[in-house]
Amino acid sequence: MKKIIFFLLILTVFSCQSKSNDHLNKHSVTIAGSTSVMPFTEKLAEYFMIGNPTFVVNVQAGGSTAGIQATINKTVAIGMSSRELKEDEKILKEIPICYDGIAIVVNPKNPINNLSLKEVQDIFSGKIRNWKDLGWIDRNIDAVTREEGSGTRGAFEELVMKKTEISDAIMVQDSNGSVKEMVVTDPYAIGYISLGMVDNKVKALAIDNHPPTIENIKNKSYKIVRPFLYLINGDPSDDAKKFINYVLSKEGQQILKKEGLIPVND
Amino acid sequence: MIDRALKIDKYIRIILLIFALSSLLFLFLIFIFILIEGLPLFFKVGVKNIVLGYKWAPTKGHFGIFPMIVSSFLVTFGALIVGGPIGLACATYLAEYAGKKRKLFLKPALELLAGIPSVVYGFLGVIYIVPIIRETLGGSGFSLLTSSIILGIMILPTVISITYDSLMSVPKSYREGALAMGATKWQTIWRVVIPTAKSGIMAGFILGMGRAIGETMAVIMVAGNALKIPSSLLDPLRTLTSNIALELAYATGEHRKALFSTGVVLLIIIMILNYLANFVFRKKVIK
Repeated sequence: MKKIIFFLLILTVFSCQSKSNDHLNKHSVTIAGSTSVMPFTEKLAEYFMIGNPTFVVNVQAGGSTAGIQATINKTVAIGMSSRELKEDEKILKEIPICYDGIAIVVNPKNPINNLSLKEVQDIFSGKIRNWKDLGWIDRNIDAVTREEGSGTRGAFEELVMKKTEISDAIMVQDSNGSVKEMVVTDPYAIGYISLGMVDNKVKALAIDNHPPTIENIKNKSYKIVRPFLYLINGDPSDDAKKFINYVLSKEGQQILKKEGLIPVND
Repeated sequence: MIDRALKIDKYIRIILLIFALSSLLFLFLIFIFILIEGLPLFFKVGVKNIVLGYKWAPTKGHFGIFPMIVSSFLVTFGALIVGGPIGLACATYLAEYAGKKRKLFLKPALELLAGIPSVVYGFLGVIYIVPIIRETLGGSGFSLLTSSIILGIMILPTVISITYDSLMSVPKSYREGALAMGATKWQTIWRVVIPTAKSGIMAGFILGMGRAIGETMAVIMVAGNALKIPSSLLDPLRTLTSNIALELAYATGEHRKALFSTGVVLLIIIMILNYLANFVFRKKVIK
């Protein structure tokens, strides 16, 4: 009995070793951070690994702040963030990989096509509560925002709300998907989601007469835009560098463009 | 041979004891974990600023969860108003009127109701109840009323099974006595059986409240999660549990700690509810 156990132990030790040896031969990059950037990074990683079969790219979510922390602690090779770095985080190097517009969306039944940035701000700060004030029917506005801590909310606060605060009476959902779902089902709703998520089930409003198109984002007339950043701490490893170069290459940028994002090199 | 069997017997006893204690250990560990993560913020910010604070903006240093405490209780009482009478009626029918055949059909159906995952309840709420309320009563439909209806349905199995048990434990002689004195069946139930089973029914309601206050997923989906205390049945609201689940994904540092503090408050409320349920239950046994 004891002999058998001993034998099994030896076997496990050896098998572990051979596995880790295998692992060493492969190149691996770990990326973590913003849940807004993650799906696109995963897509990029998929294409990248097809061209480089010896590479393993691990993509993890966790939020922009967690991604930034992990990069500072060097637990991941590349961090993802959907917001600009704060002063004390500036020790990291930012690499913008693309830009994402935040679309203000309403139900297609809503006849309003255009709002000013100030009107959007007033809706979310609770100053404007009725669609009548915006030239539609006498009905309360069902505004919906994202939860505290979300990168999209952070960007929205910075770009739209500026110094004012989002009102306590505004409804809250915890993902781009559920905000969209609310706008799809409720004719009186208004919310904000990543431009890449917009389809014909919702209507993206023009802000100050500039609809959220790729051209308008590029010529900076549509203002609600945030960068998607990769972050590195010091000099990146060769493996990380190779992946970043791929993302910034024509092929990588083309993939991002197809997903509805705005490439940096165009 | 007998020695060996006796030895095994002893070991089995010890092994089972260890497993039995392990469940207690898990409870203890959860307790310690939540307290370690959640208590420091209470000392730093002050119990008053958290429990009675009105403003929740954890990334900007405001940790008030008073509106959520109020909302949690509102939605719990709402659920009780919806689920209590239905549950009592259902349990009374099962205990007093239903024949064996109907019982055989109804009881498993109720158990099935208890087994349906809460996401499904939430989904049904979003797809059916929310639009109906929006069209007929106004508001966004994501509201105190919707959450109360959904939770009222969800607590039914708890309320029914405990209420049923306590109705069944009323001695048969009570009913026979009442009937013999010329009371109708309904008079017997209303004047004798239900008053006798009162404490058990109360315990069922309180445990139902515990279930409602702890429910998370379904509430997130239909409550709208706004931070303000609702001023009408049609206003959205955020409960303590939804606050934790909504924000945990991105929370770091003090924000995360604040969510654990929310957990501490929730833990205390649930402990009080359980204690109350036990208390009224025990009173009945002593009687």
